[in-house]
Amino acid sequence: MPDQEVIRTETLQRVFHMGHVQVAALRGVNLRVERGEMIAIMGPSGSGKSTLMNILGCLDQPTAGAYFLDGRRVDGLSRDELAAVRNQKIGFVFQGFNLLPRTQAIDNVELPLLYDVRDQHRDTRAVAARALERVGLADRMHHESSELSGGQQQRVAIARALATNPAILLADEPTGNLDTRTSIEVLALFQELNDAGITMLIVTHEHDIALYTKRVVELRDGHVVRDEPVRNRRNAAQDLAAMPPEPAEA
Amino acid sequence: MKLTRLARLAGQSIRKNKMRTLLTMLGVIIGVAAVIVMVAVGQGAQSQIRARIDKLGTNLIMVTPGSSASGGVSQGAQTFNRLTVKDVEAIRAGSTLITGISPVILAPTQAITANGNWRTLVYGVSTDYPTIRDWSISSGMLFTENDVRTSRKVALIGKTVADGLFAGSDPVGQTIQLRHVPFEIIGVLAEKGQTAEGSDQDDIIIAPYTTVQNRLQGRQFIGQIIASAATRSDIPLAEAEIRSAMRASHRLGAADNDDFTVRDQTDLAKTAQETTRVMTWLLAAIASISLLVGGIGIMNIMLVSVTERTHEIGIRMAVGARGSDVLKQFLVESTVMSAVGGLIGVAVGWLTAIVLRLITGWQTAVSPQTVIIALVFSATVGIFFGYYPARKAAALNPIEALRYE
Repeated sequence: MPDQEVIRTETLQRVFHMGHVQVAALRGVNLRVERGEMIAIMGPSGSGKSTLMNILGCLDQPTAGAYFLDGRRVDGLSRDELAAVRNQKIGFVFQGFNLLPRTQAIDNVELPLLYDVRDQHRDTRAVAARALERVGLADRMHHESSELSGGQQQRVAIARALATNPAILLADEPTGNLDTRTSIEVLALFQELNDAGITMLIVTHEHDIALYTKRVVELRDGHVVRDEPVRNRRNAAQDLAAMPPEPAEA
Repeated sequence: MKLTRLARLAGQSIRKNKMRTLLTMLGVIIGVAAVIVMVAVGQGAQSQIRARIDKLGTNLIMVTPGSSASGGVSQGAQTFNRLTVKDVEAIRAGSTLITGISPVILAPTQAITANGNWRTLVYGVSTDYPTIRDWSISSGMLFTENDVRTSRKVALIGKTVADGLFAGSDPVGQTIQLRHVPFEIIGVLAEKGQTAEGSDQDDIIIAPYTTVQNRLQGRQFIGQIIASAATRSDIPLAEAEIRSAMRASHRLGAADNDDFTVRDQTDLAKTAQETTRVMTWLLAAIASISLLVGGIGIMNIMLVSVTERTHEIGIRMAVGARGSDVLKQFLVESTVMSAVGGLIGVAVGWLTAIVLRLITGWQTAVSPQTVIIALVFSATVGIFFGYYPARKAAALNPIEALRYE
């Protein structure tokens, strides 16, 4: 079923010009992602996984090759068109959370809705509140970033990514700044969202994290060197239940 | 993006970065307040200077005997001593533009009191004289028309005379002998200081001209007549009126030359105008410098702000802000901050001007033009100096901006 396809890349290449030296970060990546998948993109540093992430997230453009997102070819679009694609089709979750400082959780989540050129949501405030409820932060809506724990900040970022109801959620090292327990909490949320039908791409260099996804794509020197389903997939909610209890988060 | 959303984003950003907002506005506040205070103080100083010059009597018209040209032969002024009290009456009757007139009869006199004696000049004048020469009376009172009519032996003395003869005690009510005639001192003139040439204006005694004529001089002629016009612009017409009144009074035929000279203080008026012009330029220069400094202050903070906010701009772009959205937000922010800063600056400047007025007693005037110019400037500065940093922000690459810490 072709309409099940969310992402398709064809011999995606990206060459960086550094002075006289040309560095090929991607050397022909073919990737196909279907709706409802949960994929870990792995690889050592320098393998090109961040470059792939930036291109898939429409923050960067490929040098050659084609990129189809949700049935539309998006390579070669203008800056403003790319901004609109990011706004409508993509939700980002970053390692460093990237929340606006001194800003309440709900204002952070509302941000992408305010930049919506099609202006699809009449009550952006209510949409943002629902997204926060969905990640379990209904009682922290009016807290500023500095008043939230790392795990809570990442959940705000996830709510922001979900607010515009995107085709895909891209997470770049989402647990890199979190302790083990909080990491598994975030992964439990990811699995829950994935079960609800949200397509997810997670860039990570930790094998433990990849075990919670459904499929692993490994990059090396700009090529896909491994692309296989995850056997013995772990369930984050169960792992969390098995962990020694901890005092509730403040 | 809708304007309401833009306003919300800009408002959030302004409120959340109080220090940055304050610093940005400070430039405008100081610039605008400085302009308003400078102009207010300058205008106060200007009117002060004008008042000082007016004190010298810029609206003064003098009539002296003799003419500088008589039948082709230059005679020089004061060749003929033919001014009389009758001429004063004739001018008073014949002129509508003069506000005061007085004969001036000078009698150098040795003034004697119980405490000692003092060589000074007695001025025989009318009751208009203090007004014409801008003399005020520090104690006692002026003689009256009735005193003039009845040649009463009353006098007012200048500060120098008072200090010389009545050191410490109040001269008013005491007696002073002028050429062996006892005069009652009915007032003391307020201190005026020295003239530009260095003569002491306060070394003076004034008395009714009738008394001086009858008791001290015994002559009919008077040395000089002085009059004042209401305003400077009235002077030429007032002079013409005086001239025709004088010619009629002296029964001069059409062929006869004037046997008197009418003069005014054109030099002083020119000095006054020149001073005003210099002051105006000085004010304009100071105001422009203040405004420029304020504007550069804004641009600096805005440029620093773009660098500081690079990461924030990256976040906004990642969630879908277009370059134009960022540009508009920055412009709205800088314009709002400049306008608010301008309003605060007007308030601060206004208050400072009022405080200065209370302290110095100067007439510091805050004119509506100044306020409007300052406000228009601050809004313009916001847009102008805000545009370059805003464009810089809008052109940022989202990946690099996100990576920036």
